[in-house]
Amino acid sequence: MNKIIETKQLTKTFYLGDIAVHALRGIDLSVEPGELVAIMGSSGSGKSTLMNLLGCLDQPTSGDYFLDGINVNSLKKDEYAEIRNHKIGFVFQGFNLLPRTSALENVELPLFYDRTLRIKNPKQAAIDALARVSLAERMDHEPNQLSGGEQQRVAIARALVNQPAIILADEPTGNLDSRTSVDVISVFQELNDQGITIVMVTHEPDLIPYAKRVIEMRDGIIRNDYLVEKRRRAKEDLAEMATLQEEV
Amino acid sequence: MLQFRNLIKASIKSILKNRMRSLLTSLGIIIGVGAVIVMVAIGEGASERIKNNIASLGTDLLMIRSGASRFGGVSRGVGSAVGFTFKDVDEIKERATTLKAISPLVRSAGQVIGGGNNWNTSIEGVNTDYQYIKSWEIGAGEFFTERDVRGRRKVCVLGHTVAKELFPNSNPIGERIRIRNTPFQVIGVLKEKGQSGMGQDQDDVILAPATTVLYRLKGGIYVDMIFVSAISTDKIYEAEQELTTVLREIRDVKPGDDDDFSIRNQAEITEMASSTTEVLTLLLGSIAAVSLLVGGIGIMNIMLVSVTERTREIGIRLSIGARERDILTQFLTESVLLSAIGGIIGILLAFLITYLLQTFTTLSTVIKLDIILIAFSFAAAVGIFFGFYPARKAAKLNPIEALRYE
Repeated sequence: MNKIIETKQLTKTFYLGDIAVHALRGIDLSVEPGELVAIMGSSGSGKSTLMNLLGCLDQPTSGDYFLDGINVNSLKKDEYAEIRNHKIGFVFQGFNLLPRTSALENVELPLFYDRTLRIKNPKQAAIDALARVSLAERMDHEPNQLSGGEQQRVAIARALVNQPAIILADEPTGNLDSRTSVDVISVFQELNDQGITIVMVTHEPDLIPYAKRVIEMRDGIIRNDYLVEKRRRAKEDLAEMATLQEEV
Repeated sequence: MLQFRNLIKASIKSILKNRMRSLLTSLGIIIGVGAVIVMVAIGEGASERIKNNIASLGTDLLMIRSGASRFGGVSRGVGSAVGFTFKDVDEIKERATTLKAISPLVRSAGQVIGGGNNWNTSIEGVNTDYQYIKSWEIGAGEFFTERDVRGRRKVCVLGHTVAKELFPNSNPIGERIRIRNTPFQVIGVLKEKGQSGMGQDQDDVILAPATTVLYRLKGGIYVDMIFVSAISTDKIYEAEQELTTVLREIRDVKPGDDDDFSIRNQAEITEMASSTTEVLTLLLGSIAAVSLLVGGIGIMNIMLVSVTERTREIGIRLSIGARERDILTQFLTESVLLSAIGGIIGILLAFLITYLLQTFTTLSTVIKLDIILIAFSFAAAVGIFFGFYPARKAAKLNPIEALRYE
């Protein structure tokens, strides 16, 4: 099967004046379709830098990166933008929705920049994407009328709408309480069940059992890469939490 | 096309999100465009009025005087050459083909007695063409005729001022007056003409047949001037050329010698006046254009603030696949829309102000289509010019840093 992500000796060095900071020191990573990967690591481990490279927001200092079979390094700026538009769906820690803009319009936004017009009916596609995260009935609400969990669902719908090869989530639960975190993770699990490949960066060990595969990073290299054995279903945990609350 | 529509929609939305700020930003352009149009309209109005005033003098008018004579190399100044006679006038009339009307002018002045009052005024001896040349209509009674001129009849037409002074409460027509002790019959009163461009009262005059004035009042054989009207305003130079040729022949001026007469036309005065008002219009317009420029800088200022404020939004847009070009066009569209909307409001405002000026003041204004187009395209250009730098700044943002921006 074709790999979605394949990197070869990816490095990234930042220069702060004369001091070179080696954020990434040779990453070999491959992700196959249908995976749900959690990249773990403390701050400074290079996981965010890796995420930016995988998301085509930044270019590596050296090494190769193949996304869905395309060698991304050889691309020009505008082609980078196109890759972001066609192949990648982003979910951020801070939701990053446009303020004073309805959920529907926020979800439609990526299609606005799609010059190929692959998706014939952007509005319908946006409604469908919102339905997949169970928010269809709130599509006219603006971000400040939605809870944190709902805002993140809108962000996930926006990531889905252009039918990307992969969803990249950067600390998707960082701004959420633990219950809402599990709720958002349950959305990821559902989408993953439908065959969507997801890579998320997190520093919360609580989330490990919900992933299929865990990659641990430290000091710019991959220290550990393993499959999760005792997987948990976020949906079941949510139901359990609900009953616990009722008993209290 | 869909892209373009979305772009306009998105820009309008973002402008409407900050209604107050958008309005204040546009205000610079509104005032600028409005001021340019109003100022130029006032300038054009003034120039139109001056042109009309001059036209009422008769732009097809030529004035012929006898010129300087030389005697043994000594010039004796204007009027020292042999003057014109009625015979010269008849000869010009016969030979020139570019003339519509011709009249001699014999000037005299003196005390006038009539209706129990007396008044000192100037008496102008002319022929029947004179009222066409000066486009001077008769107010009451009638003008004298060819027969009156040929018969040297002692009839006269009073200017409005003279009529008022001599016959304040009665109808002067048919009355007898004495001009320097010569009795004349009043057969008409001229319409009021008002002050001339130089501030003279044009109505303080009595018109009488040239022959009568010359032979019965003044004496001598020479007229003071000859007034000529060309067949049309645009033929005025041809008429001047032809007159020069004819006059040289009549007066037997040898080839190579200077003319011993002078011909002046009103077109020179018109040109001078209109070039003055053109300078005025230009001055007013350029002062107003400065305010338009300041308005443009206001737009740049707000767009820069907007870019900083929306750094995160730009980051989001870039991360989901917007190209630099998309961000650039979005911000450019916004600034051009702002200035274009400001321009349209400014045009409407200008119409309102000029309407009020026309109605409530004595200023006359003329709005020309081309100045509206110029002001509007200048406003749009200001939007592009001053919007470009902020838009480029937005487009060049690094998506990672933009997303992290608080």
